[in-house]
Amino acid sequence: MKRTQNILLILGVIFLALVPLWIVERPVAGPDGEEVAIFGGADDQAKNLIGEIRPDYQPWFEPLIEPASGEIASMLFALQAALGAGFIGYYIGGARMREKMRREIEEAASKRDAA
Amino acid sequence: MHIMEGFLPVEHAIGWSVASLPFVAWGVHSIKKRIAANPEQRILLGVAAAFSFVLSALKIPSVTGSCSHPTGTGLGALLFGPAAMAPIGAVVLLFQALLLAHGGLTTLGANIFSMAIVGPFVAYGVFKLARSLGASLAVGVFLAASLADLMTYVTTSVQLAWAFPDPAGGFMVSLAKFAGIFAVTQIPLAISEGLLTVLVFNALARFNPKELEDMKLAEPREVQA
Repeated sequence: MKRTQNILLILGVIFLALVPLWIVERPVAGPDGEEVAIFGGADDQAKNLIGEIRPDYQPWFEPLIEPASGEIASMLFALQAALGAGFIGYYIGGARMREKMRREIEEAASKRDAA
Repeated sequence: MHIMEGFLPVEHAIGWSVASLPFVAWGVHSIKKRIAANPEQRILLGVAAAFSFVLSALKIPSVTGSCSHPTGTGLGALLFGPAAMAPIGAVVLLFQALLLAHGGLTTLGANIFSMAIVGPFVAYGVFKLARSLGASLAVGVFLAASLADLMTYVTTSVQLAWAFPDPAGGFMVSLAKFAGIFAVTQIPLAISEGLLTVLVFNALARFNPKELEDMKLAEPREVQA
């Protein structure tokens, strides 16, 4: 089992997610004293950039349903991740058990042959 | 990489939808064929979809001071071929467009094209190339998944620059601006996606060595526990 490699892979992901929190400095508040948002979505930034390039552009279609609040949106994202992670865990658990039982059967068979 | 609802001009929205449709149809066909031949791989197909579900829900901070998310399409592209991820990615994007107002119906075609078509094909091509040059399974998977992730965001930048060229500098200036938002932000996330995909591949190699061999992804010596 590549245990060391797996641990290093997980640590690598955590490290990459934490580093930005250290190195990115919070932008100074604007002249109006308003806090500048940090770690917003890149999708939103792209939307703002569209507004800069084509100030007259109007989106011609609205989302049919929008999550009623930021909290509800995070709940739905958490649900999406939980469903996916649950399924992957179910699969790996099942595969692991199958592999273990296959090995036990093989061992039992080789013992029987030796006897 | 989610272009928001209504944020592509009508002709672009239609154009990307038309461009994506044949790939989704091809993907449905290839999945049907694969499952008919190997019914036991149905659940593994679920894993590929689940991986994309998880990764595209995780908004991770990046060095540019904004957050973005990986795509998780590399894994499925390697397991089931590049076309298979088009319909799977389409389902993920449709879920996000309908329930989360993340992306949209009018931009679905463009988002499918970047995440579920360009990404998987890059993953598949990079993996084949890396393996033919003698890269190990882990290195091949890492490069495939990372570059697929990154190229998805480059594609989004191209799509937006094409629809919204800079009034003074045109397409290239606009591309540089959008790539500054998407592609640069994505670099550490792409590396993370590569690492996580290797992690899942390690689990598959450990517990399902025969399936990886059958898919001709790994040599027998590489999956022995």
